[in-house]
Amino acid sequence: MNRSRRNALKTGGVLALLLAAGIVRPGDLRAQGWNQTAFEGKTLADAMRALGAQGAVPSTAIEIKAPEIAENGAVVPVGVESRLPGTQSITLLIEKNPQPLTASFDIPAGTEPNVSTRVKMGQSSDVYALVKADGKFYVAKKEIKITLGGCGG
Amino acid sequence: MADPMRIRVALRDGVTNVRILMSHEMETGQRKDSAGNLVPAHYIRSVTATHQGKTVLSAQWGPAVAKNPFLEFSFKGGQKGDKIVVTWEDNKGDKRSDEASIN
Repeated sequence: MNRSRRNALKTGGVLALLLAAGIVRPGDLRAQGWNQTAFEGKTLADAMRALGAQGAVPSTAIEIKAPEIAENGAVVPVGVESRLPGTQSITLLIEKNPQPLTASFDIPAGTEPNVSTRVKMGQSSDVYALVKADGKFYVAKKEIKITLGGCGG
Repeated sequence: MADPMRIRVALRDGVTNVRILMSHEMETGQRKDSAGNLVPAHYIRSVTATHQGKTVLSAQWGPAVAKNPFLEFSFKGGQKGDKIVVTWEDNKGDKRSDEASIN
């Protein structure tokens, strides 16, 4: 991709054309695009608001699979399994990271609502798993203690 | 161009398990180099996995996913020989796509 095309994409010119042509509808973008406001939110509340999940209901049907104590904050294995019927997405937030929103996974029909990844944690923190199921938000949390932070230099 | 991903696919009892290891710095933009300058953020923002062309997982990531990201998920309906394609794109517009077959 050359630089001028990249710039054109940045300014949204291409996007505007696609929107005008009716190829891409704004709703599609929200569903599939990178939610900048949510990812740049500095607090858990900011990120949850940007995700439209302020009213998330605590649920015991969401399991966060992670160590209680992680020695190295640079690589913390975290898995989330949802037993809520109609799970559409799983989102991981780390409350005390500079930007709490860490990862969001869309779960199409046929894919198991069970994903695992590895994250960085600056310090010990509550980790939240937000699940959207049948259009509603549910949440669970687990504290992970960190011996050595993963965001410093 | 980034190094290839390592993709492990295993079919068991009608469920296909996919494990992916990507090669990426996942620089947060919070870290300073030895001269005290902030290292610019460079991280994967989106990941898509398809099975025979149909999306089986899509993910949006921030900079707090660990360096050389690992991702594991499972889906129903895979068969031997089916193709899994995984694509990522980072915040600088770099992309990488790799594939594996169910065996």
